[in-house]
Amino acid sequence: MNDEREFRIPVGPQHPALKEPAGFSLALKGEKILGAEIRLGYNHRGIEKGCEGRSYIQALYLVERICGICSHSHATVFAQTVEEIAGVEVPARAKYLRVIVGELERIHSHLLWLGVAGHEIGFDTLLMYTWRDREVVMDLLAEISGNRVNYGMNTIGGVRRDISPELAAKILSGMDVIEERTKYYLEVAAEEETLKDRLAGVGVVPRDVAEELGAVGPTARASGVARDIRKDDPYAAYGDLSFEVVTDDHCDVYGRTVVRIKEVLEACRIIRRALKELPDGPLAVRAPRKIPAGEAVGRYEAPRGELLHYIRADGTEKPDRVKVRTPTLANIQSVKYMLRDRFLADMPIVVAAIDPCFSCTDRTVELREGRHTRVQTWEEMRLAGIEWYRRLGVDFEPASRKLARRIDG
Amino acid sequence: MPEEKVRALLVSRLGVPPDAVRIARPRRVFAEVPQERLRKALEMLKNEEGFTHLVAITGLDERERFAAIYHLGKEGVVVSIRVPLARENPSVASVMDLFPSAELYEREMKDLVGIDVSGLPPGNRYPLPDDWPAEDHPLRKDWKPEKGGVDER
Repeated sequence: MNDEREFRIPVGPQHPALKEPAGFSLALKGEKILGAEIRLGYNHRGIEKGCEGRSYIQALYLVERICGICSHSHATVFAQTVEEIAGVEVPARAKYLRVIVGELERIHSHLLWLGVAGHEIGFDTLLMYTWRDREVVMDLLAEISGNRVNYGMNTIGGVRRDISPELAAKILSGMDVIEERTKYYLEVAAEEETLKDRLAGVGVVPRDVAEELGAVGPTARASGVARDIRKDDPYAAYGDLSFEVVTDDHCDVYGRTVVRIKEVLEACRIIRRALKELPDGPLAVRAPRKIPAGEAVGRYEAPRGELLHYIRADGTEKPDRVKVRTPTLANIQSVKYMLRDRFLADMPIVVAAIDPCFSCTDRTVELREGRHTRVQTWEEMRLAGIEWYRRLGVDFEPASRKLARRIDG
Repeated sequence: MPEEKVRALLVSRLGVPPDAVRIARPRRVFAEVPQERLRKALEMLKNEEGFTHLVAITGLDERERFAAIYHLGKEGVVVSIRVPLARENPSVASVMDLFPSAELYEREMKDLVGIDVSGLPPGNRYPLPDDWPAEDHPLRKDWKPEKGGVDER
């Protein structure tokens, strides 16, 4: 066999190494990738078009469903952009609550990513650990909003749910658990030689290239580009809260790992500060049903990077145009660059390292109450899960008890 | 004030009428530039003012005409340059040589709004399926879901 022959292999759109549909056509010489062509669009659901036929409030719920991980990001930037066109001033408390839920979302998104990254490099223990810890945040989000995904926190003019002092105390003790665990992951990243060896020097994007290709979020920040909308173009309460923009100069997958872990720690700090300084007052103001003619560009620092919504209003109750530019679309050009001249075996982790979000999410709860269906409570679902594993001979009992003790103080 | 500087530059160097540049709020500038001066405007903003980040390209169907908006970013500031395009065969030249990140944004505008982009390298379309009819552009106002053989529900 002559392994120096050039050939082309397709990876995807459905492929065991990919978590979401995306088509890659890789030109290879032996094990080396000469170039990559990427085909996206398998999850295109026509949401921009769908918004044009719906009222602003309906469109708000629709854009929240663009993504199952950063749903709050889409809903918040949409609401903020419409509020800007309508000249609606959102109450201070609502701005802080948007930040708190936004940072909780960042924590669960980054922990989810850390698990996926661990899985892609064969370090499944990390996946199990991080996804267990992520449940702390998922439970808090469920308690705040009633939902694990698509929280429905926002409305045009403010937020729909409050955080009581008791819930605030619960969030704070949750943050203690997340912070302690995340510090451990930072230690793992700094000291675990196999992790470093597998990630360092993989998927390299130098600073000037990241800037030129328009990279955003942790992908840009891990290449030393301090691009962060929360700082550059402050929205909600970020202008009032002090925090640091995490950057790193490794320019590779290792750097992106470190940036995300440190951003979880920073998010814990932001949440604590926001809860401490949470102003009193109303949650929302009344927004007009018909939004006056106008246009606005809204930007938001989603977990994956800058998210842009451009909205044009024509004076009716429906938007004339809703344009969404997600961070993954901005980072795709960098993926092409990262794959070039690298080994085929690096492809899954390189793609995963931008934390691509091509799609959405499923829900397991049946919401209709009828003869054959029933709403399960979170506790019932949790117990059913534990019981299912116990029948297979896996007992989580001691570990869950320990975690529960720490969360309840 | 970078916003004022952008306005002054567009007015003095490109002859854009002052009322065609709107500073909506700090860090947001909207400007209308005729198509023949688009390239010059983008080059000037990128090379002289440091707007090196092409944040997005929006395609618009304004019914009596089409328009493309180039959103350029520098730190927190976004300058949105709107270019009106004719209703018949709307077309713009690719800006990929200036901003490599433009590729997918341009392909998306071409597919969904039907604004042709000349000078794009050969490659996959985005985001519609390969067998989607070439003359069907879902974000055009006269396009109805039934046209694409897709049920709305």
